[in-house]
Amino acid sequence: MKQPSKPHDVGGLAGGPIDPGEHDIAYWEWQIDAMIRLALKKGLISDFAEMRDGIERLAPEDYERLNYYERWATSLAHTLLGKGVVSREALDAKVAEIRARQSAEASQ
Amino acid sequence: MSDHHDHDHARTFQPDHTEPTSDAALLGLALRELLISDGHYTAQEELRMMDAMQKASPHNGALLAARAWTDPDFKHRLLNDGANAIKEMGFNLLPIEFTVHENTDSTHNVIVCTLCSCYPRGLLGMSPAWYKSKNYRARVVREPRTVLKEFGVQLGNDVEVRVHDSTAELRYMVLPQRPRGTEGWSAEQLAAVVTRDALIGTQRDLDINAVAD
Amino acid sequence: MSEPRFALGQRVRIAARDVAVHHRVPAYAQGHVGTVERICGLYGQPETYIHGDGQPFTRLYRISLAQTDLWPDYSGSSRDRLDIEIFEHWLEASS
Repeated sequence: MKQPSKPHDVGGLAGGPIDPGEHDIAYWEWQIDAMIRLALKKGLISDFAEMRDGIERLAPEDYERLNYYERWATSLAHTLLGKGVVSREALDAKVAEIRARQSAEASQ
Repeated sequence: MSDHHDHDHARTFQPDHTEPTSDAALLGLALRELLISDGHYTAQEELRMMDAMQKASPHNGALLAARAWTDPDFKHRLLNDGANAIKEMGFNLLPIEFTVHENTDSTHNVIVCTLCSCYPRGLLGMSPAWYKSKNYRARVVREPRTVLKEFGVQLGNDVEVRVHDSTAELRYMVLPQRPRGTEGWSAEQLAAVVTRDALIGTQRDLDINAVAD
Repeated sequence: MSEPRFALGQRVRIAARDVAVHHRVPAYAQGHVGTVERICGLYGQPETYIHGDGQPFTRLYRISLAQTDLWPDYSGSSRDRLDIEIFEHWLEASS
């Protein structure tokens, strides 16, 4: 078999047991999912291929480490940063704001 | 966080409100807040989108299977031009082509997307975690019989296994075999015994005593 | 609208290429020969959708491959198949 060059191309690789259990989708994951669909609907991305491309560009260790919706979130963030839809500064500031909000809620 | 979802579909939609903490999750949520505050979409649109996503369930695919079992002309159209046939039932995946593969005594079909996780969400709802897992995607193309056995499907060598790798513009569904002992059943009764896994192909025999939600 | 280059049942080889750009041909299928199982519609090429509009829209096929051809150590029936969607620009005629 031709060796895959990217981490998403897993067909035919060795793998372990499949966990057949049902897993709830967390609320934030629904939000990420909706964001991607809305980004497509609003023309912020032109096609789902752009999302897939973003995921395929993840470093192999990131592809392995991140869960499904974390990959989608990272891909869309990189794509929209690249297109200038959002700025790095605004995104970093917003991440810091959410962290601060979370720790304030946790300490209540 | 609001409890807007806690009404009619509370039974099927019970989100886990765990606060995400990973960098990647926070990056996604930060992006979401920016897109909303910049006016790219509204929180209202987000709710409508999530609502539509939650409404799609495997029951839609089950209705297609039940109609195919009870209406030979529809079954013919479904197998030959799925994308147009499902429009008769009020579903639409166009421009994506929809391809239905029929299980028979001598054929078993199973679906995967090895490169990502393509899935006919409008007809089957959100895909199960295992469908998106690396282990399923990696193994089912190479050792389908072993994987199917792990899901409880034992196949003799007289049954041909067909794996469908969904890699681009098509979406797939398996038409399971109509279970014995269901002569005279209505399409609604039949749809109630069709499971999500049977429509993906990781289940072969339907249990007529198990009535799905 | 171009006519399909390949006919139903025709033997075709899936190209083996090292391309860095986004594409939808899994490594495991590259270089293998199968038969055209279904002629699908015209779709944007994944390769050109990234920074453009997918042009030229290209014919998509479903190619059916014998599992025993794909995997030398395949343990199931010799009749087992794997079907996969492949764009025309990734296919070449095979005898």
